[in-house]
Formats: sequence, C-alpha cells, structure tokens
Amino acid sequence: MSISPACPAPIQQHETVQMAHGAGGRLSQALMQRVFMPHLSNAFLDQLDDQAKFDLPAGRTAFTTDTYVVSPVFFPGGNIGELAVHGTVNDLAVGGARPFYLSAGFVLEEGLPLTELETIVRSMAEAARKAGVMIVTGDTKVVGKGQCDKLFINTSGIGIVREGISVSCRNLQTGDSIILSGSVGDHGMAIMTSREGLSFQSSITSDTAALNAMIEAILDAVPSVHAMRDPTRGGVAATLNELAVSSSAGIEIREGTIPVKPDVRGACELLGIDPLHVANEGKLVLSAAAEDAAKVIEVMRSFECGRDAAVIGSVVGDHPGMVVMRTAFGSRRVIDLPLGEQLPRIC
Amino acid sequence: MKYIDEYRDPKLARQLLQEISRKTTRHWTIMEICGGQTHSILRNGIDQLLPAEIELVHGPGCPVCVTPLESIERALAIASQNNVIFTSFGDMLRVPGNSKDLFMVRSEGGDVRIVFSPLDALQIARDNPSKEVVFLAVGFETTAPANAMAVYQAAREGIGNFSVIVSQVLVPPAMRAILSSPDNRVQGFLAAGHVCAVMGYSEYEPIAEEFNVPIVPTGFEPVDLLAGILKTVEMLEEGKAGVVNRYGRVVSREGNPAARKIIGKVFEVTDRQWRGIGTILGSGLGLRKEFEGFDAEKKFGVIHIVATESPLCMSGSVLQGKLKPDACPAFGRECTPAHPLGATMVSSEGACAAYYNYHRNVTAL
Repeated sequence: MSISPACPAPIQQHETVQMAHGAGGRLSQALMQRVFMPHLSNAFLDQLDDQAKFDLPAGRTAFTTDTYVVSPVFFPGGNIGELAVHGTVNDLAVGGARPFYLSAGFVLEEGLPLTELETIVRSMAEAARKAGVMIVTGDTKVVGKGQCDKLFINTSGIGIVREGISVSCRNLQTGDSIILSGSVGDHGMAIMTSREGLSFQSSITSDTAALNAMIEAILDAVPSVHAMRDPTRGGVAATLNELAVSSSAGIEIREGTIPVKPDVRGACELLGIDPLHVANEGKLVLSAAAEDAAKVIEVMRSFECGRDAAVIGSVVGDHPGMVVMRTAFGSRRVIDLPLGEQLPRIC
Repeated sequence: MKYIDEYRDPKLARQLLQEISRKTTRHWTIMEICGGQTHSILRNGIDQLLPAEIELVHGPGCPVCVTPLESIERALAIASQNNVIFTSFGDMLRVPGNSKDLFMVRSEGGDVRIVFSPLDALQIARDNPSKEVVFLAVGFETTAPANAMAVYQAAREGIGNFSVIVSQVLVPPAMRAILSSPDNRVQGFLAAGHVCAVMGYSEYEPIAEEFNVPIVPTGFEPVDLLAGILKTVEMLEEGKAGVVNRYGRVVSREGNPAARKIIGKVFEVTDRQWRGIGTILGSGLGLRKEFEGFDAEKKFGVIHIVATESPLCMSGSVLQGKLKPDACPAFGRECTPAHPLGATMVSSEGACAAYYNYHRNVTAL
C-alpha cells in the first residue's frame, strides 16, 4: 500500500466556470483577476467598488440598456461580447448622444470554458476601446448547467446628447429622404446559417459595428437630421414601420435601391425570408431633408460601416403610419412588421 | 443572381403585360393553383398591373392551409407528450388548433423543433434513440418524395423511434373537385410549377380534355407568372383546351422519375380531408401497409381525436377561389396573422396572409 504525501487541497485553477465562481468568495475574485481585469481594467473599474463614480460633461443625459442572448455566442464576424458593446453604444448614438460609460452584467452557465469567456471579454474590451467608451462597472452571476445558454450579457450605457441635436422617431417630415447606411440582413443571416440544422455553407458575416463615429460625423455635417434608428431585430421593415407609426407619416421605399449582399440574398431566397425582415447590428436608418441627403450619403460612405449607403425612399403625405414599397414593376405593396419568429417556407 | 434576376426583369415583364392586354378581349377568370404563386403575384403587385378583364383567383395549393384541423389537434396531442421530440416545417407551428398551436406546446415544455427536411428529423431520431421522434409530414406532391424517403430510410435502417403524421394531398383531384362544383367560375389554370417538376403534367391532360380548360404549368417569378397568364389568355381567347408547359426550365411531361418511384414505394392513394373544403375522394396519400409501423397517429393512439372549425372562418371558400380574402367579413378584424382564425391567414403560402401582408389598403391608396 502506498500513501500519497500530497494533501487533497481544493482545486484552485479551474478551466471552466464553476458555481463557486459566482458565489462572491475566493473563486469569484480569481475569476475577476484572471478573466475580466486584464482586459477591462481602467481607472473607474479598478476601484472595485459596488458602483462607479464619475462626472459627465454638461448636457442632457441619455441612458439605455439591452440584454444579449445570441445563439451561437460565436458567429461569423463576431461574438456576443462585441455585440453587447456595439448594441448599447448604437442605442445611445442614434439618439444623438455621445456614449461615455457602460456597465456589463454577465450571467454565466456552469461549465462554460474560461478560454471562451476570456475571448468574449477581450472582444468587449477591444470593441469598447474602438468605440471610445469605458466599461466602468459590472457584475457576474453563475447559473447551473442548462439554465442559460453559455452566457447572457446585459450592458447599460450613459451618454450626453449633443447640443442643438434633436433626433426623434416622431420627427419625420413629408419630403424627407430615407437613407440606409448599407446592406441589409447580414447579421441575421450570419446567425441563421451558423445554427445547427442548416446544412449549407456561406461566407456571410455579421455586420456588428459601433456606429457612433459615423453618426458623430453625420451630425457635424448635417445637424438638422430628423430621425435615426439602428434596424436590429425585425430588420429595416420593423424600423421603418416604427418611424412611420411614431411620426404618423407615410414612407415609400423603392425596390432595387436597398442594398443586399448576394450571399444574403441567396440564403434569404432559399429560406423564403425577406431580407428587410432580417436583423442588422451595424446599420443606420436615417431621415433627413431631401436637400441634405447627398451630404449624409457622402459622410456615410467615408466610413467602412457606411460604404454602401443609399437613399432607399422618402416620407410621403399619403398612407400615414404605413410603409409601402414601389416595386420594380411599378406596382405597390405594403411592407409590414414581421410576425414573431422567422419561419422558413415549407415547399 | 443567376436564374432569378432574368425572371424578375421589369422590361420583360412590361412586354408580357402589353402582350396580355393586346390579346385580352373579354373577362377571364384564371386560378393559380399554388400558394407560392399567389404570394408572388401579390408581392409583386401583378394583379394590379393586369388588364381589369383578367381576374386571378387563388387556389388550394397551400399545404398548411388544407391540413385538416384534426391532424393539427392530433399533432398537438402527440407533441405534448413526454419523451417525444416533435419535428415540423416551420410554417406549421403557428397554425391554430382549437385552443393552441405548436408554439404554445413548446412554451409549455414540449420539445418541438423546426426542421428544414424530414431527413433532418430522421437524423434526430438516430441521435436520440431513447426518444420518440415524430415528423408532421404535410404537403402536396412537392414534399411527398422527401417524406417518403425519410420513412423508407427509417424502415431500411430499422429506426423504430421515428414516425410521421401523414397529411399528404394531391393537386389533380382538387382541380377536378373545383371544376365539378356547380358554382365554379374558373376558366383556366396556372398549374403549380414545383408540383409538376415532381409529377410531370401528363395527369392534367385528361382534366383539360374532360372540362375543356387550358392548364399551363407555371413558375413563381414575375416573368414566369406573366408568361403563364399570357399563354392561358391566348388559349382562352382562341377557345383551346389542353396542357401547355410554360415552366420548361424545371418541368418536363414525365416529371422526376426517381421522386415518383419513392412516392409510389411508400405511399398509396387514399381519400383525404381538406381543411375548410371537406373530403375529396382519392385526393391524398397514406402510408402503405408495410410502412404502417411509422404511422404516428396509430402509434400514439390519437385517431379518436376529432375537431370542429370556427364558424367565422371562410377559408374553404377562399381555397376554392369562390371568395377573395379581403371580401371575408372577418378579414383584418377578427382574423389577422397575429390572431388567425384559419390557416390561410397563417401560412407563408396562404392567400389571406398574402392579402394581409402585401395588399392591405394598397388598393385604396
């Protein structure tokens, strides 16, 4: 019989998320030091207080929150981490606000590999750095295996509305040009084609991107922009409907003017899905006076995320609250909100 | 995009429209069989562009729409059971039964999954040998080959935990039923291109002869549809009956022999109930005796479940081309895609959904 001289000490170095990582004890601290702090460290977060304390420049405060549950968490063109930064930055920016600070709350599933978590946190840090915002406070909870899908992230953001800017979804004016910053459906189709059960390959990548730098430049050039929205879930169709309803204005868009990448179009054709109903994560829909449209397009096109910008339609006096497409054949059809889940057609 | 853009060419479409106008001298009622055609017509506004004399009525070719309520109720009963993985084409999940749909079953904890092919459902059965995997096999002749292949492979591999609810229907008996109806108004048909791709069009020839109507196998893109309408109008104006193919890049007279063979191996012709219409003799497919072990309705003992329709829903008249969706009193009021009374308001191929999605108020603009 041999006796091992080593004392069976508890394992300190786990390679996956454990329930104890969320219990507030030693392992929670280890997770902070190993995964979060090396990437997110900044003067506010380093205080490790229960709250971040900061001053904001003068002006109206904009405050927003969003929760990210995308599946799969890694998708072609990005991951849930950068999505969680871009989405909240964009929600501030489309209100005419300069984003400053973000919070980040994590719900982690027991068993999530720490290398995956670290990749996601690193992406968040990189996305925040590029967008010029700081993640200043955060929280981590762990739930049992199967109680969430790898991880969910909530981010909230604070920004300051630029002086003299008043964009609002209630602000559409008859005669406005409706401008779209680029191709539609990239994010949603990247997710769909990377899910299990779809046995075709594509080179579609998500368009996830922070729009604040482009929006800043647009507002510098055209401070009188009437409305801005980022067309995420529900796609451009949902965004246009929201704008039309909020402003009690009619929107007419022209078929053929809406940029769609060939791969995205192909996948949509195959699945029987309208690209206008598919989610985007780095696009901007904007309404501005027709005489300002050329200037807006010029600025958009000087940014990578606005390279394919186009005027896709206009605000009309007819059919208030409704979006209508003028087809390539000269007929018209209603562009409605998508109903619930996107369902592939059956034959 | 190749094979799509040339069939959506506005210039070509305008030429065809002019030709249709030139040829039309009186009122004609033409039925497009397939719900996919209906949606393309409405989506592209083709009905708005045709001469006023040409009336398009929308046919029964929406598999989700004609799947009887009974099959839905049986599906819901099976999907609610523990140890079942219930698989279906996405369209079926929103179709309302008497009190719920498959989405609700899923929210109550049922394992309901959308698949893109019955062969994916079969793979789920291979991967989950301790579970019963059921596939809701609905559709016309288009879905029959793949559904048959799934059952055939399951039998060959001895996959005992796989079964199907079969609600397969056939186009030609439905066309006969429409033409035989005393109040029929249909004078010519655009036959469903994809059904003909599988089955060919020889079986339409006796129908064209017996009822003295033109039948034109037609595709789904705007130029395809206009070419089909033009041919039908030409034949009507010339008083000709017969079958003329206008979907030559996909359809041949014989169809797809391999697909027809597997259908014949697994299925046999049977009477079928059509939702909103009733039973049509010899209008469906059922599993042959040697495959009845894969019949989910028998396996789960749900044959006793019967169901009744909402009296408000007039989808039967819509499916037979007797009523335009927006002429239904419930259209857009009691019945919307969010709160559908019948499947025609749900399916991506349903005529009511097409009117609601693309047409609502446009005509009044």
